[in-house]
Amino acid sequence: MTPFISRGFRGRRRDDDPEGRVPPGQYLTDDFPVLSAGPTPHTPLEDWTFEIRGGSEPLSWTWDELRALPSETVTKDIHCVTKWSKLDTVWEGVAVDTLMERAGSDHAYLLAFCDGGYTTNLPVEDVLDGKAWIAYSYGGEPLDPEHGGPARLLVPHLYFWKSAKWIRGFELRDEDDPGFWEQNGYHLYGDPWKEQRYWGD
Amino acid sequence: MEGTAVLGRLTWQVAQVTGAKQETPRVRTITLAPPGWPGHRAGQHVDVCLTAEDGYQAERSYSIASAPEQALELTVERLDDGEVSPYLVDELQPGDGLDLRGPIGGYFVWEADDPRPVFLVAGGSGVVPLMAMIRHRSATRSTTPMRLLYSSRTIEDVIYRAELDDVAAARNGVEVTQTLTRAQPEGWTGYARRIDPDMLREVAWPPTEKPAVYVCGATLFVQAVTEGLVGLGYDPLTVRTERYGGIGG
Amino acid sequence: MMLDGNAIGGMMLELFGREMTMVVSTCRSCGATGPLASVDVYMKAPGVVVRCRTCESVLMKIVRSPKRVWLDIDGIRMMQMEA
Repeated sequence: MTPFISRGFRGRRRDDDPEGRVPPGQYLTDDFPVLSAGPTPHTPLEDWTFEIRGGSEPLSWTWDELRALPSETVTKDIHCVTKWSKLDTVWEGVAVDTLMERAGSDHAYLLAFCDGGYTTNLPVEDVLDGKAWIAYSYGGEPLDPEHGGPARLLVPHLYFWKSAKWIRGFELRDEDDPGFWEQNGYHLYGDPWKEQRYWGD
Repeated sequence: MEGTAVLGRLTWQVAQVTGAKQETPRVRTITLAPPGWPGHRAGQHVDVCLTAEDGYQAERSYSIASAPEQALELTVERLDDGEVSPYLVDELQPGDGLDLRGPIGGYFVWEADDPRPVFLVAGGSGVVPLMAMIRHRSATRSTTPMRLLYSSRTIEDVIYRAELDDVAAARNGVEVTQTLTRAQPEGWTGYARRIDPDMLREVAWPPTEKPAVYVCGATLFVQAVTEGLVGLGYDPLTVRTERYGGIGG
Repeated sequence: MMLDGNAIGGMMLELFGREMTMVVSTCRSCGATGPLASVDVYMKAPGVVVRCRTCESVLMKIVRSPKRVWLDIDGIRMMQMEA
């Protein structure tokens, strides 16, 4: 049944549509909407660590150690499963490659875990070869807690629920165990170009 | 009867807009005639769905401003970064249709046969469902004592200002206390600051009266007022709250 | 943006087929009880997340696609409602 069309309603969308950059079913925005599944955590930096578990040896970086690693500034388009896409977002962070170098594992999957209990699953190859960062700065400023600060995972080639806020580490695994949203209807992989939003897409 | 269960699925229906009235520069009341309206209770809300021609949709909830005895009315505040509220306040006209479902809610409702005195605390557009309660009291000629504590930024932001002045002047058991937090007109005799425990102590019923309490407004406002009331000795179970999103509406 | 159970009153009515804001839930994690109207609701997320106001554990997760709804109520140990 077709819904009733509201005369004159457009919503808060941008008019332009740069060719080839907006995945199917997405709308462009200039905002950076805050989407959250729970209260904003506030871990003091002196207590913060990033860990990789399940590799040849457990690995851990303190905040200072993470910040001492070589970092990059990248400009990426991001796509949220709630249909918003934002182009040319600028992030600074440590490439996941840099962290995973030392992990020495041949696990095929990882479960990212975060303050507040959020988790998301990824194939290891989707966070390597320049495809993912631990990002601590957005738009030239330190990452706001609302947007995942002090640091979030950034995996822009997948739907943005995979770019886990308040990231604290990876558990390397042999199985692609579904995380918080993947257990509840969202697609295990999440490729925006194939519109993989939900189970079975 | 409390918590009346609605059998079957709630359906969306298109209501015709039959009237529109600007309450303040940012707030407008819309009168609606839904064809299948079952009636409602004071404090309930409706869900509104807007669909653009290309299928884009946005959905929001709005409190019913009218008493059950009156024609259905919604009062909407235009939020700066809102998606639905600018359409409802600036674009929608009498004769247009509005897709809605409701009434919804069994918790944040007041019935005229509740014998307890009532304390209503409103932050900004949170006054809307509480106004439905005041109007329901009038329509049923209830003598239940009611007190409204209503916080707004400036006098221009006070919704239903004339009607509230009339209600207070009638000296019919409804007391209205206002506070203006940002600026006050000359000669203002109300409060001039955000609601705090001292103000609550001065305005609220003593907890020994065991009033029914309804607090509505932005999440932070509701949290602060609830904490203040509990600090005064109110049983938290008697304080019913409804939180509005402060951003994006 | 954090709201309360009133904000999903319509959604719950459609999913459960009855008015749900008065239903008293027991948190599996901490045992706190209270009406569903008084839980913390996070609506600006890929889905709706409902959390216990006392301990913030997840009570419910709701995801809606055009064709299906996924409702996880594992965080609720029990619901009490009028007969």
